[in-house]
Amino acid sequence: MTALDELTRPAGDDDVVGGVPARLVAAPRDTAEASALLAATQDLTVVIRGAGTKLDWGPPPRALDLIIDTRHLAGVVEHAAGDLITIVRAGTPLGSLDLGEQLLALDGPAGATVGGTVATATSGPRRLHYGGVRDLLIGITVVRADGKVAKAGGKVVKNVAGYDLGKLYTGSYGTLGLITECAFRLHPRPQHALFVRAVAPPAEAARIRAAAIAPTAVEIDSATGELAVLIEGTPDGVRERADLLAKLLNADISDKSPEWWGADPWAPGGIGVKLSVPLSAVPTLAAGPDAVRGSAGTGVLYAAAAGITEVERLRAACVRLGGHAVVLTAPPDVRDILDMWGPTPGLPLMRRIKDQFDPGHRFAPGRFVGGI
Amino acid sequence: MIAGLAERLRRELGPGRVITDRQELRTYECDGLAHHKVVPALAVLAQSTAQVAATVRACAEAGVPFVARGSGTGLSGGALPHADGVLIVTAQMRDILDISPADERAVVQPGVINLQLTRATTPAGYYYAPDPSSQQICSIGGNVAENSGGAHCLKYGFTVNHVTGLEVVTPDGSVTRLGGRALDPPGYDLIGAFVGSEGTLGVATEVTVKLTRLPETVRTLLAAFHGVDQAGAATSAIIAAGVVPAAIEMMDALAIEAAEAAVACGYPPGAGAVLIVELDGPAAEVAAQFDEVVALCEGSGAFEIQIAADDSQRALFWKGRKSAFAAVGRISPDYIVQDGVIPRTALPEVLRRIDELATSNGVRVANVFHAGDGNLHPLVLFDDAVPGEAERAETTSGAIIDLCIEYGGSITGEHGVGADKAKYMPRMFGDDDLDTMQLLRCAFDPAGLANPGKIYPTPRLCGERPGRHTAGDTANRDGAEVF
Repeated sequence: MTALDELTRPAGDDDVVGGVPARLVAAPRDTAEASALLAATQDLTVVIRGAGTKLDWGPPPRALDLIIDTRHLAGVVEHAAGDLITIVRAGTPLGSLDLGEQLLALDGPAGATVGGTVATATSGPRRLHYGGVRDLLIGITVVRADGKVAKAGGKVVKNVAGYDLGKLYTGSYGTLGLITECAFRLHPRPQHALFVRAVAPPAEAARIRAAAIAPTAVEIDSATGELAVLIEGTPDGVRERADLLAKLLNADISDKSPEWWGADPWAPGGIGVKLSVPLSAVPTLAAGPDAVRGSAGTGVLYAAAAGITEVERLRAACVRLGGHAVVLTAPPDVRDILDMWGPTPGLPLMRRIKDQFDPGHRFAPGRFVGGI
Repeated sequence: MIAGLAERLRRELGPGRVITDRQELRTYECDGLAHHKVVPALAVLAQSTAQVAATVRACAEAGVPFVARGSGTGLSGGALPHADGVLIVTAQMRDILDISPADERAVVQPGVINLQLTRATTPAGYYYAPDPSSQQICSIGGNVAENSGGAHCLKYGFTVNHVTGLEVVTPDGSVTRLGGRALDPPGYDLIGAFVGSEGTLGVATEVTVKLTRLPETVRTLLAAFHGVDQAGAATSAIIAAGVVPAAIEMMDALAIEAAEAAVACGYPPGAGAVLIVELDGPAAEVAAQFDEVVALCEGSGAFEIQIAADDSQRALFWKGRKSAFAAVGRISPDYIVQDGVIPRTALPEVLRRIDELATSNGVRVANVFHAGDGNLHPLVLFDDAVPGEAERAETTSGAIIDLCIEYGGSITGEHGVGADKAKYMPRMFGDDDLDTMQLLRCAFDPAGLANPGKIYPTPRLCGERPGRHTAGDTANRDGAEVF
């Protein structure tokens, strides 16, 4: 078909997802073109690729005909500073956003795109104060499996009209459709920021909460035994709060974050695990045999696992504590025999959602929970 | 069919749970949107998850629609009963099951009153942040259904930002637990999808919420301006300065007049508009920013600024604002409460156009709103005894919603779509948008029995769709499911 020829090109050597080579690649330039592409290729399986910073996350696709590259779906559609919102195309690198005195408070790998950040719902240090992707996303435009374009939410922060499909697409790993535009709420860029750093047990996080100093982030790194707190606000206020906390924890004040701050604890090609537990369980998790790093303020942490035994040990610990452990990335030999997602309450409902939104299972088949 | 259903439910739920008496059923004929009235065929006063599940299962098997109701304070008719359906009242499920400061979570039944949760957690230094104006009587279950906001959601977000776990009865009558105390359960964000679905995806029977640390300091001011333009300019200046107040609320002259008549809140005489600005947080931050806010209000033309000296004066500032809806009854026999959202920067322009609309339609409009996030609550005043006035008020109220859409806003910021605004949904969203939203509905409720007729003006038919089911799907199914 000519339409297909115009919209796609043959895949190259690098157009591989989780070891599975694609046949075709397309890089639509706008939502309309993406719509035409998906309508014209309804019998093709698809994986969506942004900057590729997390393309090794999740199991490999069961089948892969077409990679949709979002690099040309880039740029800021609107930045209404007075309304503290922005609308951004999905392929826009987070790091390239220039929002002046305002901030889109999403943490993620350097170079990651907006769409990839939403699709994987990355969670970093600042989530404690600003909220995560699900809290900051206020509107979304997607292209469905049949090529139809749908919007939900809007560009005002306060809005309860209709189902908030943005929540459903957040963390959906590209299994429900192609995200082309996202609207976000913004925050004012803080005037000043300081880090309070100490070698202290993770249980100290409870005292930080009790001190009511409203930290932006509280991070721990069990390998170094360090605890670090980010405090943001007005220059005088930040200084005063940091002093208070430094005294409380017998800690140092620094304008620099520790090296491990927000960094993945696993090496490229290693096993990376995302852990989430109730707040009271963070010290227990951190005291375990496996090194963990992450937020003692939200209970979302990360670990590098040496092998399958360590993954299973971490998962058992998290489940026992009332949480979850998801393997984000792992080398092929591990990936093939490991249940990367782990136990998934609500899975039957999720299957029904997938069947409704993507009846042909063309989007990222096998990449998500329960083989979705 | 209803008689058989009533008999089955009496048998399964025991005595005193099932209401079929027409007079008693009339108690539930409406929620806070009192001009929509429907008497349900049957009501169930549920006391447990098992009873809700048994009721929903019975409805599913009989093909009878059901509607869940908490305290019945909703303002969009979300809990409006179905004439041939069952009303499931969760108001008696009002136990706080756990309060855990160490986890910053509380676990509650759906009938727990919003403010009771805050009262119960305050001794430990915490509170439940979403605070709709009806918080003294509205239930957490209803808050979940409507994704309720409140004056302080400018800084703290809505219900959806504070729910981390749900137990829900899905429309087939099965019980599913989603999330819990930990964040980010694997898979689709079903909690995010469920909160705000207005009872169309099932019934929440247990809710795990975040508790928020009480701020060290709260400071509140009341600024009086000659007109709404100045108050709007002050709001813009505060946001532009990078301050994120806990709340910025505005009332215009007519709303002030009503509040004074009702609760004597002592707002400055002669004010054309007042702003309530509240800052909270660490004392060191609030002190610096509060002075800045005072200066910005003065710079925008405030002729009087009162600063709350203590909690009782702060309560008085808020009393005028929080009682404004009811207070309007003092100056008008009838009124319509509207709920719409505009980009905040469009405020002065939209208020001018609302004024023009009111004048041309011969009705009065009192404006009360969450100025910080552009959430308008115009109160359209009318006298039902005057022929034609109710229609003119309805026209004005509808035209205000069109204004919100025209300026890129929303038809509802916190009251929900419910029965009242389903007709406006196609003005805000296209056919494909509404169709896509209802795919979610079809996943949860293919038979369309959960609160039918709400949100969407045209229900989508959920036929079985032939899917491509590969062997891998089935292979992975076993062992991965946990209920």
